[in-house]
Amino acid sequence: MSLAVSKTLRVIIYEGAGANALSEEKRFSIVGELLSRGFEVTRIFEWENLQKVGERIRTLVIGDFGGNPPEEHKQTELGESSGIYDISRDGDSSEISQIVGEMSEKIRAENDLFDHKAWKPWFPVIDYDRCTNCMQCLSFCLFGVYGVSSEQQIQVQNQDNCKTNCPACSRVCPEAAIMFPKYKSGPINGDEVSSEDMQREKMKVDISSLLGGDIYDMLRERSERAKSRFSKERDSSKALNERQKCLVKLQKDADIPPEVLMSLPSPDEIQKRAVAASEKAEAARKAIADKAKDTENPDEPAA
Amino acid sequence: MGQNCRVIYCHCAHARIISDDVKKEVLEGLCRSEMEWEAVSDLCEMAARKDPALAALVNGQNLKIAACYPRAVKWLLSSTGKNVDISTIQVCNMRTQTGGDVLGELEQEAFEANLPEGKGKAPVELIEESSEMH
Repeated sequence: MSLAVSKTLRVIIYEGAGANALSEEKRFSIVGELLSRGFEVTRIFEWENLQKVGERIRTLVIGDFGGNPPEEHKQTELGESSGIYDISRDGDSSEISQIVGEMSEKIRAENDLFDHKAWKPWFPVIDYDRCTNCMQCLSFCLFGVYGVSSEQQIQVQNQDNCKTNCPACSRVCPEAAIMFPKYKSGPINGDEVSSEDMQREKMKVDISSLLGGDIYDMLRERSERAKSRFSKERDSSKALNERQKCLVKLQKDADIPPEVLMSLPSPDEIQKRAVAASEKAEAARKAIADKAKDTENPDEPAA
Repeated sequence: MGQNCRVIYCHCAHARIISDDVKKEVLEGLCRSEMEWEAVSDLCEMAARKDPALAALVNGQNLKIAACYPRAVKWLLSSTGKNVDISTIQVCNMRTQTGGDVLGELEQEAFEANLPEGKGKAPVELIEESSEMH
């Protein structure tokens, strides 16, 4: 299922008129359980404070209604309803949170909703205050994460193609405009960009060597050699050590996780993808230049 | 506090970049409070999914968001396709602040917008593209 059309479940803890307030312990236990399972939780006192959010959200309302839950129409105004659940008779905090958690999972499964555990949200986020639309990231990425808008503006289009924990594209950005919010350190994690950051050598990976596929080729080749040796040698740890040594330099330069490097496709495929990415970037640059030219000389016929 | 803004708490469920102690302190505090709030499992994931609930929140009302760096949050919100009015958003950074400090900011009346200023604009529309690069 595409990320951008996936449906999700929103659990609403209602504590307004007609419901008893939950104890702090119960509230914390339920919210913690739901968050750990990947669900969104809203606490409200008035229905009016909820916004209609469209068809992609299902809602489950829970509350201590003392055996008299409210009418469901309140909820269906907000989105597709998965019911109202009265927790007034369900035991202690841990029992209730477990019941609500399992109920939410069941709703998710029955309605083919987004499985939050299936994907770690690791993807680049572009700081458009810094981005100059140079397309270096588009040229660099082998996995089709980037694309361009109809206005030829760079954008992240396929977040789930991104390789988990790999921040390499942020290293090639000359403006430090690419963030990975879950990265360990700044400015890639979203911290402010200092002038020191811009000067730091690690921010300036040699793009030409990366774009040409040389490093990818080398890595793949050495990886294959190590694999072959691994199969022949009894000493598996020796072969593994050798493979790891091969990757140390690039890992250090760009902080690319070994599993990403190990899973690179064949040299031919890498070359093909690199060419395709470069062409895509070049086409975008050309379109931008043509547009600028048209703006400067509106009467000149297009070439 | 007299609630003049929406409060959003991000649990950053998919990574260990925010201390569990900080998250627990903030979440416990919210559960203890008399405020309405939204607790989301992972703001990054919501942004990637272009979650309509997230887009609906960025509608001009004042928001206090307990998450990570303001610069990251600004562009995560923008990636939902909404123009973000930076004067309406205050981000409390659970990566750098203590749980007590974050909670204090969420609970106090004062509102201090703190997203970085800039003229950049994210593209508002997405082009559906079937990528051959997987």
